[in-house]
Amino acid sequence: MNDDPHWHGPGWQGQRGPGPGWQGQGGGPGWRHHGAGPGWQGPGPGPGWQGQPPRPGDAPDWAARRYRKWRQRGDGEPLRRHPEDRLAGGIASGLGAWRGYSPTTVRIALAVAALISDGWAVPFYVLGWLLIPVKGDETTIAQRARHDSRGVVLALALASLLAVFLFLAGALNDAGIATFAWPQVFSIAGLTLIWRNAPEDERAAMHRLVQPLESLTASGADARRATRLRLAGAAVLLAVGLGWLFSLHGGTQLLQPLGGFLFVAAGIVLLLGPWWLRIARDLMVERQARARAEERADIASRVHDSVLQTLALIQRRSDDPQAVIQLARAQERELRSWLFEGRAPGDADVSSFAEGIRQIQRDVEARHGVPVEVVTVGDCPIDEHLSALLAAAREATVNAAKWSGAAVISVFAEVEPDSVSTTVRDRGKGFDPAAVPGDRKGVAESIRGRMSRHGGEAILQSAPGEGTKVTLTMPRAAAGPTKPQAPSEGQRR
Amino acid sequence: MSDETATGPAGAPRVVLVDDHGLFRSGVRAELGTRVHVVGEAEDVAPAIELIGRTLPDVVLLDVHLPGGGGHAVISEVKRDHPDVKFLALSASDAPEDVIAVIRAGARGYVTKTISTADLADAIKRVADGDAVFSHRLAGFVLDAFASAPGTDAVKPSFDPELDQLTTREREVLRLIAQGYTYKEVARELFISGKTVESHVSSVLRKLQLSSRHQLTRWAAERRLT
Repeated sequence: MNDDPHWHGPGWQGQRGPGPGWQGQGGGPGWRHHGAGPGWQGPGPGPGWQGQPPRPGDAPDWAARRYRKWRQRGDGEPLRRHPEDRLAGGIASGLGAWRGYSPTTVRIALAVAALISDGWAVPFYVLGWLLIPVKGDETTIAQRARHDSRGVVLALALASLLAVFLFLAGALNDAGIATFAWPQVFSIAGLTLIWRNAPEDERAAMHRLVQPLESLTASGADARRATRLRLAGAAVLLAVGLGWLFSLHGGTQLLQPLGGFLFVAAGIVLLLGPWWLRIARDLMVERQARARAEERADIASRVHDSVLQTLALIQRRSDDPQAVIQLARAQERELRSWLFEGRAPGDADVSSFAEGIRQIQRDVEARHGVPVEVVTVGDCPIDEHLSALLAAAREATVNAAKWSGAAVISVFAEVEPDSVSTTVRDRGKGFDPAAVPGDRKGVAESIRGRMSRHGGEAILQSAPGEGTKVTLTMPRAAAGPTKPQAPSEGQRR
Repeated sequence: MSDETATGPAGAPRVVLVDDHGLFRSGVRAELGTRVHVVGEAEDVAPAIELIGRTLPDVVLLDVHLPGGGGHAVISEVKRDHPDVKFLALSASDAPEDVIAVIRAGARGYVTKTISTADLADAIKRVADGDAVFSHRLAGFVLDAFASAPGTDAVKPSFDPELDQLTTREREVLRLIAQGYTYKEVARELFISGKTVESHVSSVLRKLQLSSRHQLTRWAAERRLT
């Protein structure tokens, strides 16, 4: 066990719930630290399960520094078991999320640790299961188990039973298996407590782990026979393989262990293969179901935030048709952009020309209450010339909304290889362009001037009673690279 | 629109409504009133096919999104036995690939559900007369579909290159429709007759339906990804 100890206690997290003082493997209560960490808020009302209140001030500085460094890697949350991604207790995925590793990496590390520690990692895993609360919950299984006196008795009984058995086995034989089995005395005790005190869903996870063995007793003679056959085959393979391995002595040939390993491996695959597959499949099904549930919840919350709220508003303002239309329009636009353009409501990223046009639509509809019908063809990123075009288009649209009296304004924007054009059109009052006094700066400066400064042009067509149409055209500055056929034309000439 | 109502129920086009929202169907039915003669309603693909085969309406008002296969499934099934039945797609959806799919399956036009009742009745009459109905949105989609990356398709022309691009005039017509012009206004703006506008639009529709241009399918596929 050369793992680093993990500091984690109520004091460090600034959280007040009774939490475990420590978890992880290797080491004991001696390296438990409670102290003035960055988020320390005083002793929590509930001491750890050990019944010791945290003592501020005895944590050395380096520990605090190191702790901060650690926290930056992971998700910044306190260490919790993650039930949504678990194989057994959810410790590996919890550790992974906490420290920013993938659960698989942690699982492999744990398996290696179990091997090189002669199996001692297993009881520590079980200990962690007991002491680390599940994400979103502050109660540990250990806290519940304290009140389960029958469970404690049962755990002790089972553990001592196994201990006696191991003593006997050890007396008869000096097998190396006993070394691995001893730590499991503690695991058995811990698992018993977990089984008796864990919440329903965790019991289901444990149940899943032992399910294949239950098929021995399950209904269906065929299934039972198949399981028995499989177990018998596995036992034979394992026995042969282990026998082969243990019969080895110093002088035997190098190739011989290989055969033994093959037998053992085949036995393990036969024994555990179907079980493993089943766990993997269950896990996947569970994950998919969860993803679907999350998606549904996301859609529901968005629909609630937008559509239902708007419907409620519409009901309350049913006496004001103009307001109702405006609300319905705004909602329609928002829903469309979410459903068909994948943009979240309120997501105002105006980096593309078409998006800029839609922004104008949103603003004018919201501010002036006139529906704006937008059709865009093609799209391109915005540069300074195009933002001038957008500003001019906005001015034209606002003018139409303010003065034309039209029921709807049409905006058509088209991005072509060598130019970008925008037409703003209404069927409103219209006016005589020649009759506009020279000192009225609106159209002259903010539309014509803006366009011509950037090399574009603005054409205004209007007549009283005919509506108004403003056509804005801007050559594209970076037209070269977007015209793939240009070089070949040049050669032809 | 008074000229349409003047024709009365006798001359009104016979219409089947296909939409999975009962509320919407009854709304449209009530609004259209006597301008059209609604001979039946269906809310799903299979019943719609059966109903259309039985009643043989002039125009089917068809929702783009239907449970059990979508609007284009209805069109391709009905067209096989009854090529004369005309379809007008009607949808709240803006997704361009859905709209183009229905048009390519054989619909004579596409209008959004926000259309005014008078315009809808007018559109139904146009479709019944064999014309194409392009809403401003559809015009935008079509321009987009035919305009995107013009250089790339030159390498692989389809068997009939004429189907693969729009003429300058067709483009002008579509642009005006996309700007919200009515056919009549387009005609006046371009100094052409209303009939010529109709024929340009019908020609665009034909190209849209017949072009084997994979530009068009690729355009739709790209849209689906984003």
